[in-house]
Amino acid sequence: MRSSNNYVLTFAVIMTLVAAVLLAGAATFLKPMQDANRKKEKQQNILTVVGKTGENDYKRFDELITSLVIDENGDVVEGIKAFDIDLAMDKRIKAKDAAHKLNYPLYVFEENGKKTYILQLAGVGLWGPIWGYVALDEDGKTIKEVVFDHKGETPGLGAEINTTAFESQFQNKRIFNENNEFVSVQVTKGAKPEGEMHKVDAISGGTITSNGVSNMLMEDIQFYLAYLNKSQS
Amino acid sequence: MSAVETKVKEAKPLLSKKDRALMVDPLSDNNPITIQVLGICSALAVTTQMKPTAVMAISVLAVLVFANLTVSLLRNAIPSRIRIIVQLTVISVLVILVDQILQAFVYDVSKQLSVFVGLIITNCIIMGRLEAFAMGNKPGPSVLDALGNAAGYGWIILAVAFARELFGSGKLFGFQVIPDVVYQMGYVNNGLMLIPAGALFVIAIIIWIQRSINQKFEEA
Repeated sequence: MRSSNNYVLTFAVIMTLVAAVLLAGAATFLKPMQDANRKKEKQQNILTVVGKTGENDYKRFDELITSLVIDENGDVVEGIKAFDIDLAMDKRIKAKDAAHKLNYPLYVFEENGKKTYILQLAGVGLWGPIWGYVALDEDGKTIKEVVFDHKGETPGLGAEINTTAFESQFQNKRIFNENNEFVSVQVTKGAKPEGEMHKVDAISGGTITSNGVSNMLMEDIQFYLAYLNKSQS
Repeated sequence: MSAVETKVKEAKPLLSKKDRALMVDPLSDNNPITIQVLGICSALAVTTQMKPTAVMAISVLAVLVFANLTVSLLRNAIPSRIRIIVQLTVISVLVILVDQILQAFVYDVSKQLSVFVGLIITNCIIMGRLEAFAMGNKPGPSVLDALGNAAGYGWIILAVAFARELFGSGKLFGFQVIPDVVYQMGYVNNGLMLIPAGALFVIAIIIWIQRSINQKFEEA
């Protein structure tokens, strides 16, 4: 009886159903807590690029940071919360449907009368999504600090993009060249001349992730240029 | 007072000799890592620091105990033709539950462990115990067997993590234990301990010590 096809099939179906119900239940029940953790992490990431790394700074997030949403013309969009924008998802939709309009979240931090613009980035690495935040100086041209993170890049290789050693290379790099053209910051192999302003070292063995970081910087910073231009004048 | 003492003496030992062996053997004589050489990859990957390692050990303990229990309870109902896939399903469900719980309650650790929580599914210790023990034994002994094996796995990876975090970063559980004075005298952390190769050295040393104490594993 136990080896009859019907028994095997029934057993498999029941087992699958039980497993599905258990997992769906757990996912639903735990989601609010997981979402709260993700939000806290995002707030901490944003605060990290402006040097607010204290344990409880994220609780003052709304005091410290002004959240805006901007469109491709550099105008501020009302009625959308910056934190509700799923940039990675929006960019995926945009890739299939050119008519889809992208909005980017922009975070502004002000200290001693000086503004810092925090741009959000979303891209792809080797195995999955990568993302990051870039803090730009008030002039909108010089990088103060970056953070990157990833979903599942190879530990020791691509995953190195979220280490301080990699991220600190970006400090004081410039995203415009001498002719005032946007060049972003490229992640490239090989030795860099002294005083190189637009390139940083790639990660050995993490070429695809490094290229992902380059592309992400290029694409996403570009989107903010219209707004940054306006805010300079 | 004395009444209590006599009562303790008369009480049946909590575990029979056989049950005790189930728990104790995997700690040393039949250790899953050092003797059976199973589950090595996670022992290399997660052991750079004590905290994630402890979480990993507890996660494996939880998964193994509940998987052994479930499979043992179902052992007479599981059709033998699909038993491996049934075992895998039980393990996967438990691992996903553990992963979800970690994400909800210890988010930073869950980020550090990242893919390795998911890889508990492929930890051969768990599959091995289900197939070799839980499929043929009652729930009670199966749980003991799971506890023993998970503890055997856990103490080895904790020992490895202890050595790696201490010599690799001068810390334990994230707290600095090697004082700054020592660093000023020229001591440097051992970078080898931070890379997976360091774990291999530590495990090899543990195996060496174990075999010098316990001669029965020496091949003639």
